[in-house]
Amino acid sequence: MTALSIVAAKPSAVAETPPAACAEMYTDAHPDAHTDAHKEIQREAALEAAIAARAAAAGERRARLRAFLKRALPPLIGFALFIGIWHLATLSASGLPGPLQTWKAAVVLFADPFYQNGPNDQGIGWNVLSSLQRVAIGFGFAALVGIPAGFVLGRFSFMNAMVNPLISLLRPVSPLAWLPIGLLVFKRADPAATWTIFICSIWPMIINTAVGVQRVPQDYLNVARVLALSEWKVVTRILFPAVLPYMLTGIRLSIGTAWLVIVAAEMLTGGVGIGFWVWDEWNNLKVEHIIIAIFVIGIVGLLLEQFLIMLAKRFTYENT
Amino acid sequence: MEKFVSVESVGQTFDTKNGKFVALRDIDLSIAQGEFVALIGHSGCGKSTLLNLIAGLTAPTAGVLLCDGREIGGPGPERAVVFQNHSLLPWLTCYDNVYLAVERVFGGREGKARLRERTLAALELVGLLPAEQKYPNEISGGMKQRVGIARALSMQPKVLLMDEPFGALDALTRARLQDELMKICAATQATTVMVTHDVDEAVLLADRIVMMTNGPAATIGEILSVDLPRPRNRLELAHEPRYIDCRAAVLEFLYEKQAHPRLAA
Repeated sequence: MTALSIVAAKPSAVAETPPAACAEMYTDAHPDAHTDAHKEIQREAALEAAIAARAAAAGERRARLRAFLKRALPPLIGFALFIGIWHLATLSASGLPGPLQTWKAAVVLFADPFYQNGPNDQGIGWNVLSSLQRVAIGFGFAALVGIPAGFVLGRFSFMNAMVNPLISLLRPVSPLAWLPIGLLVFKRADPAATWTIFICSIWPMIINTAVGVQRVPQDYLNVARVLALSEWKVVTRILFPAVLPYMLTGIRLSIGTAWLVIVAAEMLTGGVGIGFWVWDEWNNLKVEHIIIAIFVIGIVGLLLEQFLIMLAKRFTYENT
Repeated sequence: MEKFVSVESVGQTFDTKNGKFVALRDIDLSIAQGEFVALIGHSGCGKSTLLNLIAGLTAPTAGVLLCDGREIGGPGPERAVVFQNHSLLPWLTCYDNVYLAVERVFGGREGKARLRERTLAALELVGLLPAEQKYPNEISGGMKQRVGIARALSMQPKVLLMDEPFGALDALTRARLQDELMKICAATQATTVMVTHDVDEAVLLADRIVMMTNGPAATIGEILSVDLPRPRNRLELAHEPRYIDCRAAVLEFLYEKQAHPRLAA
Protein backbone atom coordinates (compact mmCIF):
# COMPACT_ATOMS: atom_id res chain seq x y z
CA MET A 1 0.00 0.00 0.00
CA THR A 2 1.33 3.47 -0.84
CA ALA A 3 2.05 6.12 1.79
CA LEU A 4 -0.59 8.32 0.27
CA SER A 5 -3.37 5.85 0.79
CA ILE A 6 -2.30 5.24 4.40
CA VAL A 7 -2.60 8.93 5.10
CA ALA A 8 -5.93 9.05 3.40
CA ALA A 9 -7.23 6.05 5.31
CA LYS A 10 -6.02 7.18 8.73
CA PRO A 11 -8.88 9.36 9.91
CA SER A 12 -11.57 6.84 9.15
CA ALA A 13 -9.55 4.07 10.76
CA VAL A 14 -9.23 6.06 13.95
CA ALA A 15 -12.89 6.83 13.92
CA GLU A 16 -13.87 3.23 13.45
CA THR A 17 -11.48 1.60 15.91
CA PRO A 18 -13.72 0.21 18.63
CA PRO A 19 -13.28 1.69 22.12
CA ALA A 20 -12.08 -1.62 23.57
CA ALA A 21 -9.24 -1.79 21.10
CA CYS A 22 -8.24 1.79 21.93
CA ALA A 23 -8.18 1.05 25.64
CA GLU A 24 -5.97 -1.93 25.09
CA MET A 25 -3.61 0.17 23.06
CA TYR A 26 -3.11 2.59 25.96
CA THR A 27 -2.93 0.17 28.87
CA ASP A 28 -0.08 -1.48 27.06
CA ALA A 29 2.06 1.64 27.43
CA HIS A 30 4.48 1.80 30.36
CA PRO A 31 2.91 3.91 33.10
CA ASP A 32 6.17 5.73 34.05
CA ALA A 33 7.64 6.32 30.62
CA HIS A 34 4.75 8.51 29.63
CA THR A 35 6.65 10.15 26.86
CA ASP A 36 4.56 11.26 23.97
CA ALA A 37 6.98 9.72 21.53
CA HIS A 38 6.48 6.26 23.00
CA LYS A 39 2.72 6.58 22.87
CA GLU A 40 2.90 7.90 19.36
CA ILE A 41 4.93 4.92 18.13
CA GLN A 42 2.51 2.46 19.68
CA ARG A 43 -0.44 4.18 18.21
CA GLU A 44 1.17 4.23 14.78
CA ALA A 45 1.82 0.47 14.92
CA ALA A 46 -1.71 -0.32 16.02
CA LEU A 47 -3.15 1.88 13.32
CA GLU A 48 -1.08 0.29 10.63
CA ALA A 49 -2.14 -3.18 11.73
CA ALA A 50 -5.78 -2.13 11.75
CA ILE A 51 -5.47 -0.63 8.29
CA ALA A 52 -3.80 -3.74 6.91
CA ALA A 53 -6.51 -5.97 8.38
CA ARG A 54 -9.22 -3.75 6.95
CA ALA A 55 -7.58 -3.75 3.57
CA ALA A 56 -7.31 -7.53 3.58
CA ALA A 57 -10.96 -7.90 4.62
CA ALA A 58 -12.06 -5.45 1.97
CA GLY A 59 -9.98 -7.27 -0.64
CA GLU A 60 -11.53 -10.58 0.29
CA ARG A 61 -15.02 -9.10 0.21
CA ARG A 62 -14.33 -7.63 -3.20
CA ALA A 63 -13.04 -10.98 -4.49
CA ARG A 64 -16.11 -12.77 -3.22
CA LEU A 65 -18.38 -10.18 -4.77
CA ARG A 66 -16.55 -10.54 -8.08
CA ALA A 67 -16.90 -14.34 -7.99
CA PHE A 68 -20.60 -14.01 -7.23
CA LEU A 69 -21.13 -11.54 -10.06
CA LYS A 70 -19.22 -13.79 -12.42
CA ARG A 71 -21.61 -16.62 -11.63
CA ALA A 72 -24.86 -14.67 -11.39
CA LEU A 73 -24.38 -12.10 -14.11
CA PRO A 74 -24.61 -14.24 -17.29
CA PRO A 75 -27.92 -15.91 -16.32
CA LEU A 76 -29.34 -12.56 -15.20
CA ILE A 77 -28.37 -10.96 -18.49
CA GLY A 78 -29.89 -13.93 -20.28
CA PHE A 79 -33.22 -13.53 -18.50
CA ALA A 80 -33.20 -9.78 -18.98
CA LEU A 81 -32.56 -10.19 -22.71
CA PHE A 82 -35.30 -12.78 -22.97
CA ILE A 83 -37.82 -10.54 -21.23
CA GLY A 84 -36.69 -7.60 -23.34
CA ILE A 85 -37.16 -9.48 -26.61
CA TRP A 86 -40.48 -10.82 -25.37
CA HIS A 87 -41.58 -7.27 -24.54
CA LEU A 88 -40.50 -5.93 -27.95
CA ALA A 89 -42.11 -8.82 -29.77
CA THR A 90 -45.46 -8.27 -28.06
CA LEU A 91 -45.46 -4.48 -28.48
CA SER A 92 -46.69 -4.64 -32.05
CA ALA A 93 -49.90 -6.52 -31.22
CA SER A 94 -50.72 -10.11 -32.31
CA GLY A 95 -52.69 -10.61 -29.08
CA LEU A 96 -49.72 -12.17 -27.30
CA PRO A 97 -49.47 -10.81 -23.75
CA GLY A 98 -46.25 -9.03 -22.79
CA PRO A 99 -44.16 -9.67 -19.69
CA LEU A 100 -45.90 -7.02 -17.60
CA GLN A 101 -49.37 -8.24 -18.44
CA THR A 102 -48.31 -11.82 -17.65
CA TRP A 103 -46.76 -10.75 -14.38
CA LYS A 104 -49.97 -9.02 -13.29
CA ALA A 105 -52.00 -12.10 -14.17
CA ALA A 106 -49.54 -14.28 -12.28
CA VAL A 107 -49.83 -12.14 -9.15
CA VAL A 108 -53.60 -12.60 -9.21
CA LEU A 109 -53.30 -16.29 -9.97
CA PHE A 110 -50.79 -17.09 -7.25
CA ALA A 111 -52.67 -15.05 -4.67
CA ASP A 112 -55.00 -18.06 -4.35
CA PRO A 113 -53.47 -21.15 -5.94
CA PHE A 114 -55.67 -23.61 -4.06
CA TYR A 115 -59.25 -22.50 -4.69
CA GLN A 116 -61.89 -24.98 -5.80
CA ASN A 117 -64.97 -24.04 -7.83
CA GLY A 118 -66.12 -27.43 -9.00
CA PRO A 119 -64.15 -30.03 -10.95
CA ASN A 120 -63.37 -27.84 -13.96
CA ASP A 121 -62.29 -24.68 -12.17
CA GLN A 122 -59.54 -25.19 -9.63
CA GLY A 123 -56.47 -23.24 -8.57
CA ILE A 124 -53.18 -23.74 -10.38
CA GLY A 125 -51.74 -25.40 -7.27
CA TRP A 126 -54.33 -28.20 -7.48
CA ASN A 127 -53.64 -28.61 -11.18
CA VAL A 128 -49.91 -28.96 -10.67
CA LEU A 129 -50.40 -31.33 -7.75
CA SER A 130 -52.78 -33.60 -9.61
CA SER A 131 -50.38 -33.75 -12.55
CA LEU A 132 -47.55 -34.62 -10.18
CA GLN A 133 -49.72 -37.27 -8.59
CA ARG A 134 -50.41 -38.88 -11.96
CA VAL A 135 -46.71 -38.82 -12.78
CA ALA A 136 -45.89 -40.32 -9.38
CA ILE A 137 -48.36 -43.19 -9.75
CA GLY A 138 -47.44 -44.00 -13.36
CA PHE A 139 -43.78 -43.66 -12.61
CA GLY A 140 -44.07 -45.72 -9.42
CA PHE A 141 -45.59 -48.64 -11.30
CA ALA A 142 -42.93 -48.26 -13.99
CA ALA A 143 -40.20 -48.45 -11.35
CA LEU A 144 -41.85 -51.46 -9.74
CA VAL A 145 -41.82 -53.31 -13.06
CA GLY A 146 -38.84 -51.73 -14.83
CA ILE A 147 -36.12 -52.02 -12.18
CA PRO A 148 -36.53 -55.76 -11.51
CA ALA A 149 -36.88 -56.30 -15.27
CA GLY A 150 -33.65 -54.39 -15.79
CA PHE A 151 -31.89 -56.59 -13.22
CA VAL A 152 -33.10 -59.73 -14.95
CA LEU A 153 -32.07 -58.48 -18.40
CA GLY A 154 -28.67 -57.38 -17.11
CA ARG A 155 -27.95 -60.62 -15.29
CA PHE A 156 -29.15 -63.13 -17.89
CA SER A 157 -27.93 -62.53 -21.42
CA PHE A 158 -30.53 -64.93 -22.84
CA MET A 159 -33.35 -62.79 -21.50
CA ASN A 160 -31.58 -59.72 -22.77
CA ALA A 161 -31.30 -61.17 -26.27
CA MET A 162 -34.94 -62.16 -26.10
CA VAL A 163 -36.42 -58.86 -24.97
CA ASN A 164 -33.99 -56.35 -26.42
CA PRO A 165 -35.42 -56.28 -29.98
CA LEU A 166 -38.88 -55.74 -28.53
CA ILE A 167 -37.68 -52.82 -26.42
CA SER A 168 -35.85 -51.32 -29.40
CA LEU A 169 -39.08 -51.54 -31.39
CA LEU A 170 -41.40 -50.05 -28.76
CA ARG A 171 -39.13 -47.40 -27.25
CA PRO A 172 -39.23 -44.89 -30.12
CA VAL A 173 -43.07 -44.92 -30.16
CA SER A 174 -44.60 -41.74 -28.82
CA PRO A 175 -46.24 -42.56 -25.50
CA LEU A 176 -49.39 -40.80 -26.67
CA ALA A 177 -49.91 -43.57 -29.21
CA TRP A 178 -50.56 -45.81 -26.20
CA LEU A 179 -53.29 -43.55 -24.86
CA PRO A 180 -56.17 -45.12 -26.85
CA ILE A 181 -55.07 -48.57 -25.66
CA GLY A 182 -55.25 -47.27 -22.10
CA LEU A 183 -58.69 -45.76 -22.69
CA LEU A 184 -59.90 -49.03 -24.16
CA VAL A 185 -58.56 -51.16 -21.31
CA PHE A 186 -59.33 -48.89 -18.35
CA LYS A 187 -62.54 -47.30 -19.74
CA ARG A 188 -61.72 -44.04 -17.91
CA ALA A 189 -59.52 -41.08 -18.75
CA ASP A 190 -57.56 -40.83 -15.52
CA PRO A 191 -55.98 -44.30 -15.46
CA ALA A 192 -55.35 -43.97 -19.19
CA ALA A 193 -53.17 -40.92 -18.57
CA THR A 194 -51.36 -42.77 -15.80
CA TRP A 195 -50.88 -45.70 -18.16
CA THR A 196 -49.27 -43.39 -20.70
CA ILE A 197 -46.84 -42.18 -18.04
CA PHE A 198 -46.11 -45.78 -17.12
CA ILE A 199 -45.25 -46.68 -20.70
CA CYS A 200 -42.96 -43.72 -21.28
CA SER A 201 -41.20 -44.11 -17.90
CA ILE A 202 -40.46 -47.78 -18.12
CA TRP A 203 -37.98 -47.84 -21.03
CA PRO A 204 -35.21 -45.66 -19.59
CA MET A 205 -35.54 -47.51 -16.29
CA ILE A 206 -35.21 -50.98 -17.82
CA ILE A 207 -32.38 -50.00 -20.13
CA ASN A 208 -30.30 -48.09 -17.57
CA THR A 209 -30.71 -50.72 -14.88
CA ALA A 210 -29.71 -53.46 -17.32
CA VAL A 211 -26.65 -51.51 -18.46
CA GLY A 212 -25.72 -50.85 -14.83
CA VAL A 213 -25.93 -54.55 -14.00
CA GLN A 214 -23.80 -55.42 -17.01
CA ARG A 215 -21.18 -52.86 -16.00
CA VAL A 216 -20.72 -53.99 -12.40
CA PRO A 217 -16.92 -54.26 -12.19
CA GLN A 218 -15.67 -57.83 -12.53
CA ASP A 219 -13.53 -57.23 -9.43
CA TYR A 220 -16.61 -56.94 -7.23
CA LEU A 221 -18.10 -60.08 -8.73
CA ASN A 222 -14.82 -61.91 -8.14
CA VAL A 223 -14.99 -60.85 -4.49
CA ALA A 224 -18.49 -62.29 -4.38
CA ARG A 225 -17.24 -65.53 -5.92
CA VAL A 226 -14.26 -65.89 -3.60
CA LEU A 227 -16.46 -65.23 -0.57
CA ALA A 228 -19.05 -67.57 -2.11
CA LEU A 229 -21.81 -65.12 -1.20
CA SER A 230 -25.42 -66.21 -1.55
CA GLU A 231 -27.37 -64.81 -4.51
CA TRP A 232 -29.37 -62.67 -2.04
CA LYS A 233 -26.17 -61.15 -0.59
CA VAL A 234 -24.79 -60.63 -4.09
CA VAL A 235 -27.90 -58.66 -5.04
CA THR A 236 -28.17 -56.61 -1.84
CA ARG A 237 -24.50 -56.03 -1.05
CA ILE A 238 -22.91 -55.85 -4.48
CA LEU A 239 -25.30 -55.55 -7.41
CA PHE A 240 -27.80 -53.10 -5.94
CA PRO A 241 -25.29 -50.53 -4.62
CA ALA A 242 -23.20 -50.83 -7.80
CA VAL A 243 -26.23 -50.37 -10.04
CA LEU A 244 -27.87 -47.60 -8.01
CA PRO A 245 -26.17 -44.70 -9.83
CA TYR A 246 -27.28 -46.13 -13.21
CA MET A 247 -30.75 -46.70 -11.85
CA LEU A 248 -30.97 -43.11 -10.68
CA THR A 249 -29.96 -41.92 -14.15
CA GLY A 250 -32.80 -44.04 -15.52
CA ILE A 251 -35.18 -42.56 -12.98
CA ARG A 252 -34.09 -39.04 -13.89
CA LEU A 253 -34.65 -39.65 -17.59
CA SER A 254 -37.99 -41.31 -16.86
CA ILE A 255 -39.29 -38.49 -14.73
CA GLY A 256 -38.12 -35.95 -17.30
CA THR A 257 -40.01 -37.74 -20.06
CA ALA A 258 -43.03 -38.33 -17.83
CA TRP A 259 -43.26 -34.65 -17.05
CA LEU A 260 -43.07 -33.86 -20.79
CA VAL A 261 -45.74 -36.39 -21.63
CA ILE A 262 -48.22 -35.63 -18.85
CA VAL A 263 -49.04 -32.21 -20.31
CA ALA A 264 -49.93 -33.70 -23.67
CA ALA A 265 -51.80 -36.64 -22.14
CA GLU A 266 -53.92 -34.38 -19.94
CA MET A 267 -54.78 -32.15 -22.88
CA LEU A 268 -56.34 -35.22 -24.45
CA THR A 269 -57.98 -36.73 -21.39
CA GLY A 270 -59.20 -33.64 -19.54
CA GLY A 271 -60.08 -33.51 -15.85
CA VAL A 272 -57.72 -31.76 -13.49
CA GLY A 273 -54.05 -31.19 -14.27
CA ILE A 274 -51.67 -28.65 -15.63
CA GLY A 275 -52.02 -29.98 -19.18
CA PHE A 276 -55.77 -29.83 -19.02
CA TRP A 277 -55.54 -26.35 -17.50
CA VAL A 278 -53.43 -25.11 -20.43
CA TRP A 279 -56.05 -26.38 -22.84
CA ASP A 280 -58.87 -24.93 -20.75
CA GLU A 281 -57.24 -21.50 -20.66
CA TRP A 282 -56.78 -21.70 -24.41
CA ASN A 283 -60.51 -22.26 -24.74
CA ASN A 284 -61.07 -19.29 -22.41
CA LEU A 285 -58.54 -17.34 -24.52
CA LYS A 286 -56.54 -16.42 -21.43
CA VAL A 287 -53.20 -16.53 -23.20
CA GLU A 288 -51.28 -15.00 -20.30
CA HIS A 289 -52.32 -17.99 -18.19
CA ILE A 290 -50.88 -20.32 -20.82
CA ILE A 291 -47.58 -18.48 -20.62
CA ILE A 292 -47.66 -18.74 -16.83
CA ALA A 293 -48.36 -22.44 -17.17
CA ILE A 294 -45.34 -22.79 -19.45
CA PHE A 295 -43.15 -21.23 -16.77
CA VAL A 296 -44.69 -23.34 -14.02
CA ILE A 297 -44.17 -26.55 -16.00
CA GLY A 298 -40.58 -25.53 -16.64
CA ILE A 299 -39.88 -24.72 -13.01
CA VAL A 300 -41.46 -27.92 -11.69
CA GLY A 301 -39.49 -29.97 -14.24
CA LEU A 302 -36.30 -28.19 -13.24
CA LEU A 303 -36.93 -28.85 -9.54
CA LEU A 304 -37.62 -32.54 -10.17
CA GLU A 305 -34.42 -32.84 -12.17
CA GLN A 306 -32.30 -31.02 -9.57
CA PHE A 307 -33.71 -33.12 -6.77
CA LEU A 308 -32.84 -36.33 -8.59
CA ILE A 309 -29.36 -35.10 -9.46
CA MET A 310 -28.86 -34.37 -5.77
CA LEU A 311 -30.06 -37.85 -4.91
CA ALA A 312 -27.76 -39.39 -7.51
CA LYS A 313 -24.76 -37.53 -6.11
CA ARG A 314 -25.50 -38.89 -2.68
CA PHE A 315 -25.41 -42.47 -3.95
CA THR A 316 -22.50 -42.29 -6.34
CA TYR A 317 -19.38 -43.92 -4.96
CA GLU A 318 -15.91 -43.08 -6.11
CA ASN A 319 -14.59 -46.18 -7.69
CA THR A 320 -11.07 -46.00 -6.30
CA MET B 1 7.39 -82.88 1.39
CA GLU B 2 3.73 -82.91 2.28
CA LYS B 3 1.62 -81.64 -0.58
CA PHE B 4 -1.03 -79.20 0.58
CA VAL B 5 -1.72 -77.48 -2.71
CA SER B 6 -0.82 -79.41 -5.77
CA VAL B 7 -0.94 -78.36 -9.40
CA GLU B 8 -0.66 -81.34 -11.74
CA SER B 9 0.17 -80.93 -15.46
CA VAL B 10 -2.13 -77.94 -15.71
CA GLY B 11 -2.58 -76.05 -18.95
CA GLN B 12 -4.75 -73.06 -19.74
CA THR B 13 -5.95 -72.15 -23.22
CA PHE B 14 -8.15 -69.18 -23.98
CA ASP B 15 -10.41 -68.82 -27.00
CA THR B 16 -9.78 -65.46 -28.61
CA LYS B 17 -10.86 -63.83 -31.85
CA ASN B 18 -7.56 -64.89 -33.39
CA GLY B 19 -8.02 -68.53 -32.47
CA LYS B 20 -6.70 -70.41 -29.48
CA PHE B 21 -4.22 -68.72 -27.15
CA VAL B 22 -2.14 -71.02 -24.98
CA ALA B 23 -1.41 -69.11 -21.78
CA LEU B 24 0.03 -71.89 -19.62
CA ARG B 25 1.26 -75.41 -20.31
CA ASP B 26 2.61 -78.31 -18.26
CA ILE B 27 2.55 -76.63 -14.86
CA ASP B 28 3.51 -78.96 -12.02
CA LEU B 29 3.86 -77.47 -8.58
CA SER B 30 3.44 -78.67 -5.00
CA ILE B 31 3.12 -76.35 -2.06
CA ALA B 32 3.55 -77.50 1.53
CA GLN B 33 1.37 -76.36 4.40
CA GLY B 34 2.63 -73.10 5.87
CA GLU B 35 4.91 -72.44 2.92
CA PHE B 36 5.27 -69.03 1.27
CA VAL B 37 5.64 -69.31 -2.49
CA ALA B 38 6.30 -66.36 -4.77
CA LEU B 39 5.43 -66.51 -8.48
CA ILE B 40 7.66 -64.24 -10.50
CA GLY B 41 8.05 -63.55 -14.19
CA HIS B 42 7.73 -60.85 -16.81
CA SER B 43 4.30 -59.39 -17.48
CA GLY B 44 2.18 -61.60 -19.67
CA CYS B 45 3.84 -64.79 -18.41
CA GLY B 46 0.61 -66.08 -16.94
CA LYS B 47 1.50 -65.84 -13.26
CA SER B 48 -1.85 -64.20 -12.46
CA THR B 49 -3.55 -66.85 -14.59
CA LEU B 50 -1.95 -69.52 -12.43
CA LEU B 51 -3.07 -67.74 -9.28
CA ASN B 52 -6.64 -67.49 -10.62
CA LEU B 53 -6.53 -71.24 -11.31
CA ILE B 54 -5.55 -71.96 -7.71
CA ALA B 55 -8.26 -69.53 -6.55
CA GLY B 56 -10.73 -71.42 -8.72
CA LEU B 57 -11.85 -68.23 -10.48
CA THR B 58 -11.02 -69.94 -13.79
CA ALA B 59 -11.03 -73.63 -14.62
CA PRO B 60 -7.99 -75.22 -16.26
CA THR B 61 -8.32 -76.62 -19.78
CA ALA B 62 -5.88 -79.39 -18.94
CA GLY B 63 -4.68 -81.07 -15.76
CA VAL B 64 -6.01 -80.86 -12.24
CA LEU B 65 -5.52 -78.72 -9.13
CA LEU B 66 -5.88 -80.05 -5.60
CA CYS B 67 -6.10 -78.29 -2.27
CA ASP B 68 -5.94 -80.27 0.95
CA GLY B 69 -6.61 -83.48 -0.96
CA ARG B 70 -9.67 -82.21 -2.79
CA GLU B 71 -10.05 -81.01 -6.35
CA ILE B 72 -10.45 -77.27 -6.76
CA GLY B 73 -13.80 -76.91 -8.50
CA GLY B 74 -14.45 -73.21 -8.01
CA PRO B 75 -13.63 -70.24 -5.83
CA GLY B 76 -14.29 -70.43 -2.12
CA PRO B 77 -13.39 -68.76 1.15
CA GLU B 78 -10.88 -71.46 2.09
CA ARG B 79 -8.66 -69.98 -0.64
CA ALA B 80 -8.87 -66.25 0.09
CA VAL B 81 -7.64 -63.82 -2.53
CA VAL B 82 -6.04 -60.42 -1.97
CA PHE B 83 -6.67 -58.66 -5.26
CA GLN B 84 -4.22 -56.46 -7.06
CA ASN B 85 -6.47 -53.42 -6.84
CA HIS B 86 -7.79 -54.21 -3.33
CA SER B 87 -11.39 -54.62 -4.64
CA LEU B 88 -13.02 -53.22 -1.55
CA LEU B 89 -16.70 -52.42 -1.94
CA PRO B 90 -16.81 -48.61 -1.92
CA TRP B 91 -20.28 -48.44 -0.32
CA LEU B 92 -19.22 -50.38 2.76
CA THR B 93 -16.99 -49.16 5.57
CA CYS B 94 -13.71 -50.94 6.24
CA TYR B 95 -15.46 -52.75 9.07
CA ASP B 96 -18.37 -53.84 6.88
CA ASN B 97 -16.05 -54.96 4.09
CA VAL B 98 -14.33 -57.34 6.48
CA TYR B 99 -17.57 -58.24 8.26
CA LEU B 100 -19.11 -59.38 4.95
CA ALA B 101 -16.41 -62.05 4.72
CA VAL B 102 -16.51 -62.99 8.40
CA GLU B 103 -20.29 -63.31 8.35
CA ARG B 104 -20.18 -65.55 5.28
CA VAL B 105 -17.62 -67.95 6.74
CA PHE B 106 -18.56 -68.02 10.43
CA GLY B 107 -22.12 -66.61 10.43
CA GLY B 108 -23.72 -70.05 10.49
CA ARG B 109 -21.98 -71.17 13.66
CA GLU B 110 -21.24 -68.09 15.73
CA GLY B 111 -23.16 -65.26 17.34
CA LYS B 112 -23.07 -61.60 16.33
CA ALA B 113 -20.72 -60.64 19.15
CA ARG B 114 -18.17 -63.25 18.12
CA LEU B 115 -18.37 -62.16 14.48
CA ARG B 116 -17.74 -58.59 15.54
CA GLU B 117 -14.76 -59.74 17.61
CA ARG B 118 -13.31 -61.57 14.61
CA THR B 119 -13.77 -58.54 12.35
CA LEU B 120 -12.07 -56.21 14.81
CA ALA B 121 -9.27 -58.73 15.38
CA ALA B 122 -8.58 -58.89 11.64
CA LEU B 123 -8.50 -55.09 11.39
CA GLU B 124 -6.22 -54.92 14.40
CA LEU B 125 -3.86 -57.42 12.80
CA VAL B 126 -3.23 -54.97 9.95
CA GLY B 127 -3.22 -51.96 12.30
CA LEU B 128 -6.42 -50.41 10.99
CA LEU B 129 -8.67 -50.38 14.06
CA PRO B 130 -8.78 -46.57 14.08
CA ALA B 131 -10.08 -46.52 10.49
CA GLU B 132 -12.78 -49.19 10.89
CA GLN B 133 -15.67 -46.78 10.30
CA LYS B 134 -14.04 -45.06 7.31
CA TYR B 135 -15.07 -45.70 3.73
CA PRO B 136 -12.48 -46.95 1.23
CA ASN B 137 -12.30 -43.62 -0.60
CA GLU B 138 -11.38 -41.90 2.68
CA ILE B 139 -8.18 -43.89 3.26
CA SER B 140 -4.86 -44.21 1.42
CA GLY B 141 -3.93 -46.90 -1.09
CA GLY B 142 -1.76 -48.71 1.43
CA MET B 143 -4.58 -48.74 3.98
CA LYS B 144 -7.02 -50.09 1.39
CA GLN B 145 -4.66 -52.91 0.57
CA ARG B 146 -4.37 -53.65 4.29
CA VAL B 147 -8.15 -53.87 4.57
CA GLY B 148 -8.03 -56.28 1.62
CA ILE B 149 -5.50 -58.39 3.53
CA ALA B 150 -7.60 -58.19 6.70
CA ARG B 151 -10.65 -59.34 4.73
CA ALA B 152 -8.73 -62.33 3.35
CA LEU B 153 -7.18 -63.27 6.70
CA SER B 154 -10.46 -62.87 8.61
CA MET B 155 -11.82 -65.92 6.78
CA GLN B 156 -9.01 -68.06 8.23
CA PRO B 157 -8.28 -69.47 4.79
CA LYS B 158 -6.33 -72.63 4.19
CA VAL B 159 -4.42 -70.76 1.50
CA LEU B 160 -3.84 -67.05 1.11
CA LEU B 161 -3.52 -65.99 -2.53
CA MET B 162 -2.10 -62.57 -3.30
CA ASP B 163 -2.04 -61.04 -6.78
CA GLU B 164 0.66 -58.34 -6.80
CA PRO B 165 -0.84 -56.94 -3.61
CA PHE B 166 1.69 -54.16 -3.22
CA GLY B 167 2.25 -53.40 -6.89
CA ALA B 168 0.39 -50.09 -6.90
CA LEU B 169 2.00 -48.72 -3.74
CA ASP B 170 5.00 -46.45 -3.25
CA ALA B 171 8.28 -48.05 -2.16
CA LEU B 172 8.13 -47.00 1.50
CA THR B 173 4.53 -48.13 2.02
CA ARG B 174 5.34 -51.36 0.22
CA ALA B 175 8.29 -52.07 2.53
CA ARG B 176 6.17 -51.47 5.61
CA LEU B 177 3.40 -53.75 4.37
CA GLN B 178 5.93 -56.45 3.47
CA ASP B 179 7.25 -56.36 7.03
CA GLU B 180 3.71 -56.56 8.37
CA LEU B 181 2.88 -59.44 6.05
CA MET B 182 5.94 -61.38 7.27
CA LYS B 183 4.80 -60.93 10.87
CA ILE B 184 1.24 -61.97 10.01
CA CYS B 185 2.38 -65.05 8.12
CA ALA B 186 4.67 -66.02 10.99
CA ALA B 187 1.82 -65.60 13.46
CA THR B 188 -0.88 -67.37 11.44
CA GLN B 189 1.32 -69.97 9.68
CA ALA B 190 -0.68 -69.24 6.53
CA THR B 191 0.10 -71.09 3.33
CA THR B 192 0.66 -68.24 0.92
CA VAL B 193 1.05 -67.86 -2.83
CA MET B 194 2.01 -64.40 -3.98
CA VAL B 195 2.33 -63.11 -7.52
CA THR B 196 4.96 -60.41 -7.83
CA HIS B 197 7.30 -58.81 -10.32
CA ASP B 198 9.55 -57.41 -7.61
CA VAL B 199 12.72 -59.47 -7.13
CA ASP B 200 13.51 -58.05 -3.68
CA GLU B 201 9.97 -58.72 -2.51
CA ALA B 202 10.15 -62.32 -3.70
CA VAL B 203 13.48 -63.04 -2.00
CA LEU B 204 12.53 -61.26 1.21
CA LEU B 205 9.17 -62.97 1.68
CA ALA B 206 9.27 -66.35 0.01
CA ASP B 207 10.43 -69.82 1.04
CA ARG B 208 10.49 -70.75 -2.61
CA ILE B 209 10.47 -68.61 -5.72
CA VAL B 210 8.75 -70.07 -8.77
CA MET B 211 10.17 -68.41 -11.87
CA MET B 212 8.02 -68.54 -14.97
CA THR B 213 9.16 -68.46 -18.59
CA ASN B 214 7.80 -65.87 -20.97
CA GLY B 215 4.38 -66.32 -22.52
CA PRO B 216 2.66 -67.41 -24.62
CA ALA B 217 2.64 -71.03 -23.53
CA ALA B 218 4.47 -70.13 -20.35
CA THR B 219 5.54 -72.73 -17.85
CA ILE B 220 7.72 -72.99 -14.76
CA GLY B 221 11.32 -72.26 -15.68
CA GLU B 222 13.11 -72.70 -12.37
CA ILE B 223 12.26 -73.02 -8.70
CA LEU B 224 14.61 -71.43 -6.21
CA SER B 225 14.60 -72.31 -2.52
CA VAL B 226 15.33 -69.32 -0.34
CA ASP B 227 16.73 -70.89 2.82
CA LEU B 228 17.21 -67.72 4.78
CA PRO B 229 16.36 -67.96 8.48
CA ARG B 230 13.22 -66.27 9.81
CA PRO B 231 12.37 -63.77 11.10
CA ARG B 232 14.02 -61.89 8.27
CA ASN B 233 15.16 -58.31 8.52
CA ARG B 234 15.56 -56.35 5.32
CA LEU B 235 18.47 -54.31 6.65
CA GLU B 236 20.49 -57.30 7.84
CA LEU B 237 19.71 -59.22 4.66
CA ALA B 238 21.18 -56.50 2.50
CA HIS B 239 24.67 -57.72 3.43
CA GLU B 240 23.85 -61.40 3.75
CA PRO B 241 25.69 -63.39 1.04
CA ARG B 242 22.92 -65.96 0.65
CA TYR B 243 20.37 -63.19 0.11
CA ILE B 244 22.57 -61.59 -2.49
CA ASP B 245 23.05 -64.96 -4.21
CA CYS B 246 19.28 -65.61 -4.36
CA ARG B 247 18.65 -62.16 -5.70
CA ALA B 248 21.32 -62.61 -8.34
CA ALA B 249 19.86 -65.98 -9.35
CA VAL B 250 16.39 -64.50 -9.89
CA LEU B 251 17.76 -61.50 -11.74
CA GLU B 252 19.84 -63.76 -13.95
CA PHE B 253 16.78 -65.83 -14.77
CA LEU B 254 14.64 -62.81 -15.56
CA TYR B 255 17.10 -60.69 -17.47
CA GLU B 256 19.42 -63.24 -19.12
CA LYS B 257 17.53 -66.46 -19.66
CA GLN B 258 14.13 -64.81 -20.17
CA ALA B 259 15.21 -61.46 -21.53
CA HIS B 260 13.31 -59.33 -24.06
CA PRO B 261 9.75 -60.45 -23.48
CA ARG B 262 8.53 -57.52 -25.58
CA LEU B 263 10.43 -58.67 -28.66
CA ALA B 264 9.00 -62.14 -28.37
CA ALA B 265 5.46 -60.85 -27.87
